[in-house]
Amino acid sequence: MAAVPDRGYVTIDTEECKGCGLCLEACPPRCLEFEPELNAYGVRPARYLGRGCTGCGICFYACPEPGAITVYRVAPPPKSAGTATGEASHAPAL
Amino acid sequence: MSDYQVVQSKSPVFYNRYERKSELQHQTHYCSGCGHGIAHKLVAEALSDMGLQDRTIFVSPVGCSVFAYYYFDVGNVQAAHGRTPAVATALKRARPESIVIAYQGDGDLAAIGTAEILHAANRGEKFTVFFVNNAIYGMTGGQMAPTTLVGQTSTTTPWGRRPSNEGFPLHMAELIATLEAPVYVERVALCDNKNIMRARKAVRKAIELQRDGVGFSFVEILSPCPTIWKMTPNEARQWVADKMVPVFPVSVFRDRKPPAIENGGPRQISVIELLGLGEFSPAVEEPVAPRSGRRNLTIKIAGFGGQGVLLLGQVLAEIGLREGLEVSWLPSYGPEMRSGSAHCHVCLSTEPVGSPLVEHPDVLMAMNEISLRKFAPQVVSGGVVIYNRDALPADFAVRQVRVSCVPASELADQLGAAKAANMVMLGALIELTHVLPREQALAVLETTLHDGALLEIDRRAIDAGIDFVRKAAVPAA
Ligand SMILES: Cc1ncc(C[n+]2csc(CCOP(=O)(O)OP(=O)(O)O)c2C)c(N)n1
Ligand code: SF4
Ligand code: SF4
Repeated sequence: MAAVPDRGYVTIDTEECKGCGLCLEACPPRCLEFEPELNAYGVRPARYLGRGCTGCGICFYACPEPGAITVYRVAPPPKSAGTATGEASHAPAL
Repeated sequence: MSDYQVVQSKSPVFYNRYERKSELQHQTHYCSGCGHGIAHKLVAEALSDMGLQDRTIFVSPVGCSVFAYYYFDVGNVQAAHGRTPAVATALKRARPESIVIAYQGDGDLAAIGTAEILHAANRGEKFTVFFVNNAIYGMTGGQMAPTTLVGQTSTTTPWGRRPSNEGFPLHMAELIATLEAPVYVERVALCDNKNIMRARKAVRKAIELQRDGVGFSFVEILSPCPTIWKMTPNEARQWVADKMVPVFPVSVFRDRKPPAIENGGPRQISVIELLGLGEFSPAVEEPVAPRSGRRNLTIKIAGFGGQGVLLLGQVLAEIGLREGLEVSWLPSYGPEMRSGSAHCHVCLSTEPVGSPLVEHPDVLMAMNEISLRKFAPQVVSGGVVIYNRDALPADFAVRQVRVSCVPASELADQLGAAKAANMVMLGALIELTHVLPREQALAVLETTLHDGALLEIDRRAIDAGIDFVRKAAVPAA
């Protein structure tokens, strides 16, 4: 019974993350949590639950660290790739 | 299996690794949950999306964001406290094609730097200001800022800010929007997802307006400071929404075309043209073929105020410049200014000068005994000390340096011009180091002194220094 694949996922650099928890609260489907283990700096970094991500990118903008979070989304079908506005990045529509 | 693509990741406008403390080069120095990081990311994203990275100069303030230059891989300048708009004005006027970002905290912009920001805005300087308002002095540990809320405690308002004693919070966005010139003024808040996206739009718009040469743009960013507010990051974000936004409403306060100004801006001309230095430009611009021997020299000149110490440094730098060398001149205003002593640092080099500070000079020119005792131990081994007396003090010795005692003040007295002692020292330096030619020294003096009699005295003083060193070099029979 194959589950419908999620629209996105995130990776978190556990040594850049400062464990502030802003992404946990910001994530609409609540698919982030703290790791149980401390990282080298003694904080619990955030991690992805492994399911539920929509690839919306909101956690990226909530996070103060430049490179702690990377957001992935299902590649769009070729015809809709690129936007007419010239805005290169995919901002969540809010 | 679906194909995924990266939609958000670290902006290329940030360095890969940050040149800071070795164990912390992959994260910023900001506290966990600090709004500065979010503001940085919005600016970086806008610059890279618009392809402006290589044209950008970021001016960091004094405050927690003083180290922004560790992160932004663009041109960087760090300004003195509150002076960011003044520095940005100079950069933008000198380089109109650059994108100049002035980034300031509320202590920086609204307290010590109030004059700078208001006048830059009023002149309609065509750069962009990002004003991070966290209602407190962060870096120094939580003193009241002009934007601290009524009733908010801080180390300097332990019972809460009272308007009767400390006045009301300053509304900078509103204030700036009362001026004629600014084209865009908005306040945004990093308090929830929606508002962060609004901030993102405002940041982009402000930079776009600069890119298009429209005018002064200003975005005030209400920003959490969990550390000083003594809150968790999520509580701090909520506090921005609950406490700051009611006092500092998020809104667009100005969005219009610049007022039509008759008779355009100032004419752009080169510095050389402006200063009327046309006739010198060949000497400045054509590199002079290096003369034989060493041309790199770091010099410290020290003495009492009035002995022409700073002037001598300037003359040396000017001679070097006309010789096609890279030069720097740094006067020192240490605490000892109070005792009336003065010193300056001069670098002459065939390479660009990294730091104008000379800690271990090749040459010390000591105009008095105090300077000799203080600075001679700093001279590099193999270096030279030129001392303004005919002998070293009896109890004083320096090792591994060449000491040349040149009684410059005495020789100048004999020429009837005590003030020319510094020029006697210059002659001694010319003869001892062979780095700068006598002719160039005279040429510099000719263009700086307009009095023929003074020029003649200085010429004789320089020659007296040269002669004295030459004679001293001949061993006494
Ligand atoms: C001329 C001068 N005066 C005072 C200071 C001390 N000082 C350093 S940071 C700061 C205030 C910074 O507050 P703010 O601009 O709000 O920035 P934040 O740290 O909150 O981001 C002060 C007063 C200084 N460095 N230089
Ligand atoms: S917002 Fe960033 S720094 Fe904070 S917990 Fe999430 S990943 Fe870590
Ligand atoms: S003290 Fe405040 S403003 Fe400074 S880095 Fe920490 S949270 Fe940010």
